[in-house]
Amino acid sequence: MNSSVIVFPGSNCDRDIAVALEKFQINNQMVWHNETNLPKSDLVILPGGFSYGDYLRTGCIASKSRIMHDIIKHANEGGLILGICNGFQILIEIGLLPGVLLRNKKLRFVSKNVYLKVINIENQFCLSCVKKNIIELPIAHNEGNYFADDKILQNLEDNNLIAFKYCDEKGNISNNSNPNGSSNNIAGILNNNKNILGMMPHPERLIDPILSGEDGSMIFESLLKSQ
Amino acid sequence: MKISATVTLKKDVLDPQGKVVSQTLKNMGYKSVINVRQGKYFEIELNEADKEKAKKIVEEISKKLLTNIIIEDYTINLE
Repeated sequence: MNSSVIVFPGSNCDRDIAVALEKFQINNQMVWHNETNLPKSDLVILPGGFSYGDYLRTGCIASKSRIMHDIIKHANEGGLILGICNGFQILIEIGLLPGVLLRNKKLRFVSKNVYLKVINIENQFCLSCVKKNIIELPIAHNEGNYFADDKILQNLEDNNLIAFKYCDEKGNISNNSNPNGSSNNIAGILNNNKNILGMMPHPERLIDPILSGEDGSMIFESLLKSQ
Repeated sequence: MKISATVTLKKDVLDPQGKVVSQTLKNMGYKSVINVRQGKYFEIELNEADKEKAKKIVEEISKKLLTNIIIEDYTINLE
């Protein structure tokens, strides 16, 4: 499997994701945002971080990068795209995923481990979650409060496009397990064709017992399985 | 020509920063404050003499970059 991690000024999780891809023997290239040609890739990753210092709106300036032309083409041809944290915000600013990510309800940067219920296990990013559908991953963001109008939310629910919801250890989805005020406890969503996943939690940060957990590995195992 | 654009959150979108500012003003004793909405202000200098043309360009800029039209509204002010 070939992947490309797009690097923007201000991204700070691009190397973490590269280490994760290497661990799972996914053949990765780092691609600078100003490039105009996307190398041949099965998977494009928009990493977490604070591209352009979050100026104007999170992910906004990055969404206008020169490489985006090829990324949108890749998306329309059914290529896989994974947007993590700031990458999710960028996908929304490009318009590849619906809705918007507002500031956290309590106006605080939230950095902690959370539990997620894997709602859709039939997409290429979550196939391995069959064996375990409540996973623990870290979040670290200030703008992760997913918001969309009722029509969009209904479409996400009806078409099984919600990949993850925030829950508690036992899998209960409630206000108490919602760290940022997201509508319907949404932590990650898919596009209609299910080839694009945007998620606020960071799977690349939990891929080794030495990092206190391995639940993030399932995303990478799933991607390999899907090939 | 100088044109300014103001971007604010739509009426129905929660504005936590505005809420905090509003609450603080009340705490400071400004009892007459009902509500505060926080926004962004842009001053755009254009190399364009025609007012209508300039307005059109700023309109386009506002839609394409300055505003997320799902949650924000913009107003353009010609000087």
